[in-house]
Amino acid sequence: MSEFLQHLINMLVLGGTYALLGIGLTLIFGIMNVVNFTHGVLYTFGAYIMFIVVQQLGLNFFLALPVAVVAGWLLGAVIELTLLRPLRGSDIDTTMLVMIGAWIAMQSATLWIWGGVAKSVATPFPDAPLVLGPVSVSWLRLFVLAAAALLIVVTYLLINRTKLGCAMRATFQDQDTASLMGVNVDLIYTSTFAIGSSLAAAAGALLGPVYVIFPQMGDLAAVKAFAIVILGGLGNITGAVIGGFILALAEELGAGYISSGYRDAMGFLIIIAVLIFKPTGLFARSERVG
Amino acid sequence: MKAGITILTVAAFASVPLWLRDPYLLNALITTGVFIIAAMSLNLLLGFTGQLSLGHIAFFGIGAYVSALTSLGFDIGFPGGFRLVHEPWPPIAGFVLAILIAGLCGYFVGLLSFRVRGAYFVIVTISFAEVVRLVALNWVELTQGPLALTNIPSIAIGLPGLGELTLRTKLQNYYLVLAVAFVAYLLIARLVHSHFGRAMRGLMENETLAVSVGIDVTRTLTLAAVISAAIAGAAGSLYAHYIRIIDPEVFAFINTVTMVIMVITGGKGSLAGPVVGGLIFGLLPVVLRPIMAPEAQWIAYGGVLIVILFVLPRGIVPSLAQRLAKRKREAATVAPVAFSERAKEPA
Amino acid sequence: MTSRAIALDVEQVAVRFGGLVALSDMNFTVGEGEIVSLIGPNGAGKTTAFNVMTGFLDPANGKVNYRGTTLNGLKPHQIADLGLIRTFQRTSVFPNDTVYDNLLIGLHRQGRVGLFEAILSLPRARASERRLRERAAELLERVGLARRAHDLAGSLSYGEQRLVGVALALAAEPSMLLLDEPVSGMNASETHAFVELIRNIRDRGVTILLVEHDMPMVMSVSDRIVVLNYGRIIAEGPPDVIRNNPDVIEAYLGQGATRA
Repeated sequence: MSEFLQHLINMLVLGGTYALLGIGLTLIFGIMNVVNFTHGVLYTFGAYIMFIVVQQLGLNFFLALPVAVVAGWLLGAVIELTLLRPLRGSDIDTTMLVMIGAWIAMQSATLWIWGGVAKSVATPFPDAPLVLGPVSVSWLRLFVLAAAALLIVVTYLLINRTKLGCAMRATFQDQDTASLMGVNVDLIYTSTFAIGSSLAAAAGALLGPVYVIFPQMGDLAAVKAFAIVILGGLGNITGAVIGGFILALAEELGAGYISSGYRDAMGFLIIIAVLIFKPTGLFARSERVG
Repeated sequence: MKAGITILTVAAFASVPLWLRDPYLLNALITTGVFIIAAMSLNLLLGFTGQLSLGHIAFFGIGAYVSALTSLGFDIGFPGGFRLVHEPWPPIAGFVLAILIAGLCGYFVGLLSFRVRGAYFVIVTISFAEVVRLVALNWVELTQGPLALTNIPSIAIGLPGLGELTLRTKLQNYYLVLAVAFVAYLLIARLVHSHFGRAMRGLMENETLAVSVGIDVTRTLTLAAVISAAIAGAAGSLYAHYIRIIDPEVFAFINTVTMVIMVITGGKGSLAGPVVGGLIFGLLPVVLRPIMAPEAQWIAYGGVLIVILFVLPRGIVPSLAQRLAKRKREAATVAPVAFSERAKEPA
Repeated sequence: MTSRAIALDVEQVAVRFGGLVALSDMNFTVGEGEIVSLIGPNGAGKTTAFNVMTGFLDPANGKVNYRGTTLNGLKPHQIADLGLIRTFQRTSVFPNDTVYDNLLIGLHRQGRVGLFEAILSLPRARASERRLRERAAELLERVGLARRAHDLAGSLSYGEQRLVGVALALAAEPSMLLLDEPVSGMNASETHAFVELIRNIRDRGVTILLVEHDMPMVMSVSDRIVVLNYGRIIAEGPPDVIRNNPDVIEAYLGQGATRA
């Protein structure tokens, strides 16, 4: 029983960052109809920003997170402006392949600059975990959960309570009508991609210090994000949050009760199962984007 | 004329070892050849049915593992005390089994492709490849996991009157790969020019219309997936018996990306496309190795993929063919069309 | 029509999209060798009816029989195999192939050979290919598109694309043809030629069901007309009767009035 409780705690921590990853991807997928293969690289990028700020510049750990968010936002905007905007109107396969090219180039650049050796980030949290009866959780993981929850709430408010969010929802519903109503669709696309990218970078910056940082860390993260998006239904933010926690739970239980080697297989098995039995995602009926 | 070009190309490839003695280059050509076979199989799906399989390396890897395990033998236990023992078989049996089992996997993925298309199909295929990779990594009793399967025997072929010939040297393997590549090319060419190929084109261009004239979506797409996977499995088997060591890294996503880059650059939907793209990206590392770090090369490959999609979205071969056709049309200002003569007779 | 055997039998078919009723309790038959037109104002459910008959849409209620086979649950390609072939309003060609290759794709039902025969190019496969090529050329002449044989189908005019669509349907060897607004986008002389083509097709024993807005064309070509409005059949009979039916006039004028 206590083992199960421990899995639940771990699931919460992991699920928060997975949800961040999923929200970012589902926004881009849903609004822009782009299968964003750079999502994982943005995750890696966020983690390396953490490493640069804390380890190489020697600055404060808590400062690094907002820096990663802003840097992710900027990189996302650059990718959208240079690679996606000129291809507006191309078929989904072309943009997908361009995103694959960008991913390969950026990941290789990371490898070239920092090498393949895994890096770790020192954190200001005590080593001793917080013990609550039968379960324990490290202070760092608690911080990760809190920060992820904060970012999810901020994103939710951004999309439901701001003018930008309103325009994003309108674009998701019907791009042509939105543009007729005076929505600047180009601006919405760039903002969407930038926001999605900054969330991926935030997820990387949060999970990077929990594990280790290396150039290919984003590959698995990206496919997990795809699993979450498919699970939650395209463009469905609430679905992405729930999907993030379901994936985390499946991984925890899979690793705990089947074999730790198959932890990462859970996401893929979920994808295959969902697409076989309910291709529209588990929460397709619920309200989309917001 | 087309047959002439094909024969000339094969003859040119066959003559390469006569003047190229460098073992390093010959080695590069052999692995390039293996990847060209895999890229041709990917092109059958991507270029002729429009389905992008980003897990294509799974079929290649399954072929490699099936072939290696068939020729090495294994002894694995299952829950309940049941054991499965397999004595080593000749590698050629492994080659045949690799084709069959990879094809079978293609069948199941193809069935899925009937339900999900586009982006979803892409993600399903990636997931399939990753699950297979994790199995190869974790089922240590069967695959040795990260320790790799080693000492895989070379392929031996029985020649009538000459007894058995084991293909150990680079030269022998070069001709083996060339022969398999040629057969795969012919197979795909015949297929896409047959009524099966026309059904695939019809589905890719206008699915609603295609089914309305009686084309069966499931049957057509599954057939394409089975043949594509079987050819990829054959390439994997060749790879295993040539390199003679195989580990789960063979399933790395980057290998699928390599195939995709070859197909897109050469030209999807063109028979010669994967050959041209494969030669470029198979031999580029040889040229670039002295001047660029491997990471820098990969940055360049990613860049090239993007640039090709921006400036030559249809790929090298179709663009060249189009330019050639245009020049021909300009040469003959009044284009005589065979049909226009007969058209006016009946009223 | 009582003397004819029934080819297509639509029984109590109903279709709903969400809460919206697209077709309700639709009943009619088409006799062998007849030309029947299905008319009605926009949104009356004509294309929906076609989609049900050709397996693109499952009805909520009722069933469709073709020559004694129930079509419910069959996939579009299976229905095509029964000889019931349709054309489309919009997507009528394979745009990136030549007109000639379009026809070869359309001849799918005639070209079936074994996989190994095709790959090994055995005599039977070669003979079959030869037959297909002859047949494709023949069909192109029949619809008057022979001179466009080597142009990309997507580059043809709208009216010509409709003709390719019909040729594609003919390539599938129909025993019954469902034509969805075949003359929209055609000029007067093209339409006139097309009416001749339809009669010609019927004279070869093909039953025809037509959805069309061009009233003069419908009146001149049809043996019988079925009128739909709001998913319901409001009238049925020969052209002369339909022309003077007050309900039909009301349906068309009523819609015209709300539009204006």
